[in-house]
Amino acid sequence: MTSPAVEVSDLVKRYPKSPVNAVDGISFAVARGEVFGLLGPNGAGKTTTIGMLTTRVKPTSGQAMIGGIDVAADPVRARSLLAVVPQRSNLDRAISIRRNLTFHAAYHGVPAAEASRRADELLEQFGLRERGDVKPDMFSGGQSQRMMIARALMHEPMVLFLDEPSTGLDPAARLFVWDRLRELRDHGVTLMLTTHDMHEAAELADRVGIMDHGKLLALDTPEALMRGLAGNSTLELGVNASGDGNGSAALSGALSTLPGVEQVEPLHDESGNGQDGQVRLRLYVAGDASQLVGPAAALLAERGLTLSGVELGTPTLEDVFIALTGRSLR
Amino acid sequence: MTAAAVPTPRVGQARAFTAVLRRDLYVTGKELPVFLAQVILQPLFLLFVFGKVLGSLGYTQHGYSHLLFPGLLALTAVITGMQSLAFPLVIEFGWTKEIEDRLLAPMSTGLVAAEKVVFATLRAITAATIMIPVGVLVLGSIPWRWSGFPLLVLALVLGSLLGAGLGLVMGTLVVPQRINIVFSLVFTPLLFTGCSQYPWPSLSRLRWFQVVTACNPMTYVSEAMRAALVPSVPHITPWVCIVVLVGSVSALMAIGVRGFYRRAID
Repeated sequence: MTSPAVEVSDLVKRYPKSPVNAVDGISFAVARGEVFGLLGPNGAGKTTTIGMLTTRVKPTSGQAMIGGIDVAADPVRARSLLAVVPQRSNLDRAISIRRNLTFHAAYHGVPAAEASRRADELLEQFGLRERGDVKPDMFSGGQSQRMMIARALMHEPMVLFLDEPSTGLDPAARLFVWDRLRELRDHGVTLMLTTHDMHEAAELADRVGIMDHGKLLALDTPEALMRGLAGNSTLELGVNASGDGNGSAALSGALSTLPGVEQVEPLHDESGNGQDGQVRLRLYVAGDASQLVGPAAALLAERGLTLSGVELGTPTLEDVFIALTGRSLR
Repeated sequence: MTAAAVPTPRVGQARAFTAVLRRDLYVTGKELPVFLAQVILQPLFLLFVFGKVLGSLGYTQHGYSHLLFPGLLALTAVITGMQSLAFPLVIEFGWTKEIEDRLLAPMSTGLVAAEKVVFATLRAITAATIMIPVGVLVLGSIPWRWSGFPLLVLALVLGSLLGAGLGLVMGTLVVPQRINIVFSLVFTPLLFTGCSQYPWPSLSRLRWFQVVTACNPMTYVSEAMRAALVPSVPHITPWVCIVVLVGSVSALMAIGVRGFYRRAID
């Protein structure tokens, strides 16, 4: 039986002088060949978790394993199984891109001829064949990102960790990186990415873990997480509210009595909630939300109100994220 | 794709260590003129002004240049060792993060620090060795005794390690924003209190300064060099120098490696 690519049990990290645990007893496993997305707001503990898995942060308690190897007990062997692509370039600026790849391979004991062959292959694959002799200083953010992924693959790691892989990339570069990551998954490389881009997580990840305050709040496939959110479709209503007793709270109460409505959420958006008596509400509905448009309009008409907008939708990963971690900025 | 066959840890670590060292040597080789200018200019000018110009103008006694030369070998070794380690380390840890790729290589974190020390020591030994022909060119002749050669080599190695140790401590303790100020605060006093321009016993006429210079470990490198090359000049007994240097190097390495671990692992 092969061990999971990544296995974390009761992992805790408390930094010295900090009153709280940065990572507070999390457990999960990532199967070989799986793409796992770790989501959470800034400061949720994602980076610390990855730091512990990649031997750069010492766990306070609990265990982190890569391919069955205890990372804290045997960091040297763990390092030969993993690779890290950080958010900011840490390429070696003193040497060319190609040497970045071949020296990385040499650190990992890949024979020179083999390293040279892999470097050519990866430069080609990442669209940088012409630029192998250039130093990283000359590279754009997107090119550096691609180079760091290529470098990480030089020693054929079992698990590839990517920190915010497409932050700061233009749309074309992002799609390129996503395609390469999908190819890697198809080749059986386990990918573990941290992101706060819900779209990226939904696009790439087989399963998603949502973290906040050092704890794992939810862990499932994106589809299951979205389904698990109250209701499985949504109805957004714009209402011209006026008169007493027609605030968003009162309206929410009234609308939640409609059949199939599981939750009503007043939306605060940039369109200026509260101005000119405009209220926007999102109804989470079990079943087909379009059936509710008529009854909702009737209910509003009874109260002397009119609809100014209707939008049907299904919950996104972002809704799941917001429902779990809240809206407040931090 | 599967992980490459994992070699036995010891072989793998030795391989990683030599690969990282090879990378550093490769970069130095490519920037050889810059490296030479960086390490030679300062001692060259010191040698030229103090050894040649002042002597020719009659401001220094005959023979001063022979007293100065061993001190400048010591200075070159210590300063080069320190600079080769401290500057890059501060930048790699604090700014470019280049070191991360090496910290994630399959080798223990202590070995990454050890490679830095070995590399800085090699650079320091090279720089001091280059000073020998430079000295011949500038001064016309340099003091040389084959019988003092073993002591010279020992002092050179210990002096280079001392510089590397100082560099490791500074490189891991100083944040990038402070590197300039720390360097000027450490560098200049180190340069002028290390007995490279005067023999320590002669300072008995300036007692307080003699005490200050005795606290600078570089003094013992300069004195051991003089014992090796110009034994007729009064100097500190070589074995005292060696004991002090071994102690200083050990202490600096212990502090530096601890600092390195603290920077490398949270």
